[in-house]
Amino acid sequence: MSGTLLRVAQVSKNFGGFSALSQVSIEIAQGERFGLIGPNGSGKTTLINCISGSLRNDGGSIVFDGNDISGLPAYQRTRLGIARSFQIPRPFSSMSVLENLIVPLEYVVHRRSLHTADTRAEAIQILRSMGLADKADTPSNRLTQVELRKLELARAMASRPRLLISDEAMAGLSSTEVEEVLAILRKLNDSGITIIMIEHIMRAVMSFSQRVICLDAGRIICEGTPESIVKDSEVQKAYLGA
Amino acid sequence: MRLRGSPFWIGAAATVVLAAILSLSGVNEYFFFAGYVVLQFVVLATAWNILAGYAGYVNFGTAAFFGLGAYTSVVLILSLGAPLLVQIAAAAAVTGLLGFGTGLLTLRLRGIFFSIATVAIIYIAETLMMNWRYVGGATGLQFLRPLPMVPFETYTRMLFFVMAVLAVIAVSIARYVESSWIGRGLRALRDTEEAAECNGVPTLRLKLFACTVSGALMGMAGAPLPMYLSFLEPASSFSLNYSVVALAGAIIGGTSHWVGPAIGAILLASVQQIVTVTISSEINVLVVGVLLVVFVVAAPEGIIGLVKKLRRPRAAAGNPS
Amino acid sequence: MIFSFQLLFEAIVFGILLGCFYAAVSIGLSVAFGLLDVPHVAHPAVLIFAAYCAYLLGSYGWDPILAGLALMPLFFLFGVVMYRFYYETFEKRGTEAAVRGLAFFFGIAFIIEVGLILAFGVDQRMVEADYIGKSLTFGEMRVPLRMLLAFGVALALTAALTLYLSKTFTGRAIKAVAQDEPALRLMGANPVRIKQWAFGIATAVTALAGALLIVVGPVEPMLDRVYIGRTFCVVVLAGLGSMTGTLAAGLILGISESIVLMHFGASWAPAVAYALLLVVLGIRPQGLFGR
Repeated sequence: MSGTLLRVAQVSKNFGGFSALSQVSIEIAQGERFGLIGPNGSGKTTLINCISGSLRNDGGSIVFDGNDISGLPAYQRTRLGIARSFQIPRPFSSMSVLENLIVPLEYVVHRRSLHTADTRAEAIQILRSMGLADKADTPSNRLTQVELRKLELARAMASRPRLLISDEAMAGLSSTEVEEVLAILRKLNDSGITIIMIEHIMRAVMSFSQRVICLDAGRIICEGTPESIVKDSEVQKAYLGA
Repeated sequence: MRLRGSPFWIGAAATVVLAAILSLSGVNEYFFFAGYVVLQFVVLATAWNILAGYAGYVNFGTAAFFGLGAYTSVVLILSLGAPLLVQIAAAAAVTGLLGFGTGLLTLRLRGIFFSIATVAIIYIAETLMMNWRYVGGATGLQFLRPLPMVPFETYTRMLFFVMAVLAVIAVSIARYVESSWIGRGLRALRDTEEAAECNGVPTLRLKLFACTVSGALMGMAGAPLPMYLSFLEPASSFSLNYSVVALAGAIIGGTSHWVGPAIGAILLASVQQIVTVTISSEINVLVVGVLLVVFVVAAPEGIIGLVKKLRRPRAAAGNPS
Repeated sequence: MIFSFQLLFEAIVFGILLGCFYAAVSIGLSVAFGLLDVPHVAHPAVLIFAAYCAYLLGSYGWDPILAGLALMPLFFLFGVVMYRFYYETFEKRGTEAAVRGLAFFFGIAFIIEVGLILAFGVDQRMVEADYIGKSLTFGEMRVPLRMLLAFGVALALTAALTLYLSKTFTGRAIKAVAQDEPALRLMGANPVRIKQWAFGIATAVTALAGALLIVVGPVEPMLDRVYIGRTFCVVVLAGLGSMTGTLAAGLILGISESIVLMHFGASWAPAVAYALLLVVLGIRPQGLFGR
């Protein structure tokens, strides 16, 4: 089941006079593991916000599974199958860990069915796969950093996405924890979910991705396999300075 | 979550029956006069909490919706001689529409900006009514009460019963919103609006819903006012006091649960009546302000929170709560 | 509606005088809310409270402007205490407390208003001074002396505060804490003490502005409801945190109100601020010079 899942065509985004994204074009195939790197401020999160719908792109178009989603609000894109985690975790802090998952389960998957035992069981299942099952009834504002990151991913998974965007899910984690999260993402990809990974931890991006793109100052400066990206002089310049 | 259905509906039905029995009994007329006000604030506080407690948007403009509900009744009385139930329905429609408009404001305004904009609505509504001679302008109009409907002896008793029914309706709606998927979505958007949207919650639609329902209920609470007072004028109808008491009632009672605003409103409005009668009407307003500040500072979860704290040591002994 | 250039010109002149006064009245809020992010809906109430304090001193023969100056240190302390209390109770505890912080100041505003009604009654109060009741004549135009005086003091006050914030060390620290608190902490400064000081200054400035209020016209306890609209209109139109913007925004509001007053009458004038506020929030929420 191959074919293009997401086509970002000449997308631009401006904030006042500042151009955060300029003519960015990306094609991502169904089932692909895609890495997005770039120095701070290069526009990675802006691009993700445009894809997920938190921001509207100013120019260009975004086509998901054949549908132009450029004008759709974020919640409709989630219903179409795009999920994202946030760089700084944003749990529903007044709710328990379990309830955090009930939200996407109710609003995306089951669409307004009551809080039934099935929904709860489904949520527990997801938590189990993330290693959070024992924290199901803990208020989400009492989790550790790692647990919050996992909750972000678990919540994204609960909406049964076809495309999952992980925004720096591993920042600040220890190497064991990074391996944990990588393993989860690989397992998700094995089950058919296309994954875009934004990361600064190079070994994670390189070992995980099939293709990598490097952004700098809102433009794509390099695209290719992990090996070719690492050797590219433009990429090195962007990260290390001229 | 909570036990579904039966205990609540039995309680609701019992409340209506109790109100009916009371209004047909020989109790002192003053009780209905004051009781109407208390029930009115139950509706206002409950309505306010649907937007503020659940969705996190603090509406200072309760008085605008309340006053416009009253003025909608005036227009219907003057133009069609409409009966009370039609007045209430019309008020709900008008203020529901205003609520919808207020909800659209939330597209651009968060937090304090939204709240200040709602103060603006009071001012604009009051200025419009003050300059509209048809409804009496700044001096207001007087009204002749029609005969009360058959089982009721006086019009005040009838209004008391009507307001009791409205209070039950308001609380039922609040309870439904709170415990349903709608409530969960509202809480999600209150916690973090952007992440809620990315998890499938149609934040704008839910906010519009909460604003419309909240506004409509506030207008319904105001609809019987012209007949209750036999008089209506803009300055007192749009008084900021309505906004403060609704807000204070919900916060004092507790904003996290539908029972909170009801408890807080009953307590606060009753204290107000007692203080007005025994001391003065200015002091009663001061009492509201002081209680609000005290609770916001010392007991932020309201009476519900205090009760929860008192019950916690007992829970360890196996007492179900 | 009589249209004449003479009237329009007078309206504009009056509007400039009024507008500068509005800037002075709002600049405390520009600091408290614009820079320090405190949801200080009680600001107009504090303003009216200061006006009544000036009135009280006036009944002992004090000149209102001198009264205002004398009140400044007291109100400075008042501001420091208020901020400290707000910080300890609400700001420390995070976003859950946002609704409660707003409700807190709403409650305080209400208590002040009712307190004033209990102490002074609902009737309007005025002060007397040499410059109240006299006018200066410029050609065909008569300008009330009190307005000119208020304009002068307001301009001086606004300029002084703007200079303070941009030229002095503490002033710059205040602006810094508004922009980047963690960085300030790393530099060894205590952000809470700086914010406390800033809030104290904002309240002190408001004390003098309150005295100007009673110079400009009579006061009554419910005046804070009109001034919520005016002060927030100015602060939002200016752009949060912009002091020079406050002056510009004040002028815009003053002139607009003055024109409406002259052509449509006094009953519509207070609504101008609210209408302008809604327009700004709808079209350009970051204001003229927003950060």
